[in-house]
Amino acid sequence: MRQLAIISGKGGCGKTTLTAAFSSLSENAVLADCDVDASDLPLILKPQVIKREDCLGLKLASIDPELCNGCGICLEMCRFGAVLENFTINPYSCEGCAVCTVACPENAVSLIPRVSGQVVSSITRFGPMAHAKLGTGEEASGKLVNMVRKKAEELADKYSCKLILIDGPPGTGCPVMAAITGTDLVLVLSEPTVSGLHDLKRAIKLTSHFRIPTVACINKYDINEKKSLEIEAFCKNSGIPLLALLPYADITTEAMMKEETVIEYSVHSGTSGAAEFANIVRNLWSEIETRLLETSQKEMYSKTLKAWEP
Amino acid sequence: MKIAIASGKGGTGKTTVAVNFALALEDVQLFDCDVEEPNCNLFLGFDLEPVEEVTCLVPEINPDWCTLCKNCASFCKYNALAALPNKILSFPSLCHGCGGCRHVCPAESIEEKPRPIGMIEKTSSKNSLTFFRGILDIGEVMATPVIRALQRHIDESRPVILDSPPGTACPALAVMGCADYCVLVTESTPFGFHDFLLALEATRALKVPAGVVLNRDGIGDSRVEDFCRAEGIPILLRIPDERMIARLYSEGIPFIKEMPEWKEKFKNILKTINTVTCKSKGV
Ligand code: SF4
Ligand code: SF4
Ligand code: SF4
Ligand code: SF4
Repeated sequence: MRQLAIISGKGGCGKTTLTAAFSSLSENAVLADCDVDASDLPLILKPQVIKREDCLGLKLASIDPELCNGCGICLEMCRFGAVLENFTINPYSCEGCAVCTVACPENAVSLIPRVSGQVVSSITRFGPMAHAKLGTGEEASGKLVNMVRKKAEELADKYSCKLILIDGPPGTGCPVMAAITGTDLVLVLSEPTVSGLHDLKRAIKLTSHFRIPTVACINKYDINEKKSLEIEAFCKNSGIPLLALLPYADITTEAMMKEETVIEYSVHSGTSGAAEFANIVRNLWSEIETRLLETSQKEMYSKTLKAWEP
Repeated sequence: MKIAIASGKGGTGKTTVAVNFALALEDVQLFDCDVEEPNCNLFLGFDLEPVEEVTCLVPEINPDWCTLCKNCASFCKYNALAALPNKILSFPSLCHGCGGCRHVCPAESIEEKPRPIGMIEKTSSKNSLTFFRGILDIGEVMATPVIRALQRHIDESRPVILDSPPGTACPALAVMGCADYCVLVTESTPFGFHDFLLALEATRALKVPAGVVLNRDGIGDSRVEDFCRAEGIPILLRIPDERMIARLYSEGIPFIKEMPEWKEKFKNILKTINTVTCKSKGV
């Protein structure tokens, strides 16, 4: 089974639109929406939910008013300002560190489990999908991303799919690391803006740290051609294949309004701009497929070689 | 008056709104609280000077006194301490600085030492705009303490604009929760609307009044507007989907610098906010 992750240094640069388009081009893939903070892929793919499972986050302190004598020790000891004046807990501040539970002389505080989100398995018109829903104030944790990926792997086994398409979270933090570790290829989506190159560099630093083959593409390259050239030059120098330049096009929004992927939309919209955009995405996808195949062949060879070793 | 500029997800134009808004008003403070990606200064280009190092207290174990009872390691909820047969190993980058290990150590062999996790910077004073920002060091996870440290520099007697982190996780709530008003930046598309609802839910949970700036107005449909009208949420400003604005953004130029007619429109946001908040206070 192959895994492809699509990431970008910053949110809102077309990552989900592209993942959705790939899902309609790939045959036999499972989708893993790991952008758990703002999970938008379901808005296009209209998943039918098969199963929901709770994801437990860090625990939450809870004070039993029957036992509490109001001594104020917990309030003094909590370093996160989570104990309020009336000796209740602010759930958005509590980090579940448990200091109050051991500090309280009356044993009035206990830690209770808290549900930080749900992991959902679904079926879409392009195949199975794993995604998640976070509660307000909950951190997009590496743990939740791992759960989504594990669900996706289970779905891939069940429906014998050969590929997992991962819509990664924005940024370069813990959730992103969880989304790319162990994948076969990472596509970094970049934008020619004042922070675009900087974000791209950070993303590539991460993928090279994990030694994952990486390719890039630029979205809205024609917004600022000078900055696009800088990105191109950087990719060339650092040996990152730049697979596509996507133009600034209304089709992405139009397709989104119709709740379709750009590929689906281009088929019936009839405008040449839409068809052109869809073709660029198609070419990008076939480039990626070739590379995924290459990595799988390499792996196969090295396995065969290992088997031959005396 | 503290105004947070927020959005359910990154890339909606939050920083653009914060920077242009601050430049349009006179005598305001701008605080870049998006400590993981503090991008405001890419548009401002100010010279910054360090103000304060933000630290987190991490345990330091004195091996001579440690009895290897393992209390500390079994207490730590973040796996920042591991008990080996002959010593306690600490992983400072996982530590949240709760101080619990020291509290439970029977041998008093734990001391706490500050470890840098980020930085607060500000403009050198000659600018008319007071600008502060917090930076979380790369690889660190504790954004909220940096935000809290940054907020301690707010001069409460003057209006302040806070560029909030995107999303609705702890760091974003720490910013929105301290504000008197929240400006939610969104686009009227299915994605934009969905992310906007997440952010709105957060402001409601925090009981902070909110208004909307519609970015890239003209694309998509009227779903955000219809919703706001039905719910009585003011639309404070519409920024059209103009290539010129996108281009200035890509260059790192705040668009009111090139399009001064926008100054008045941004100033009006503050007027609207003042009116709404007075009304809700019953003044
Ligand atoms: S568990 Fe920790 S963060 Fe939560 S209230 Fe207790 S001391 Fe504060
Ligand atoms: S330490 Fe215990 S008894 Fe004292 S105020 Fe807190 S909960 Fe109540
Ligand atoms: S201070 Fe808290 S988080 Fe840090 S090592 Fe000690 S128990 Fe763990
Ligand atoms: S709690 Fe104190 S004495 Fe016990 S293992 Fe930890 S440092 Fe050593």
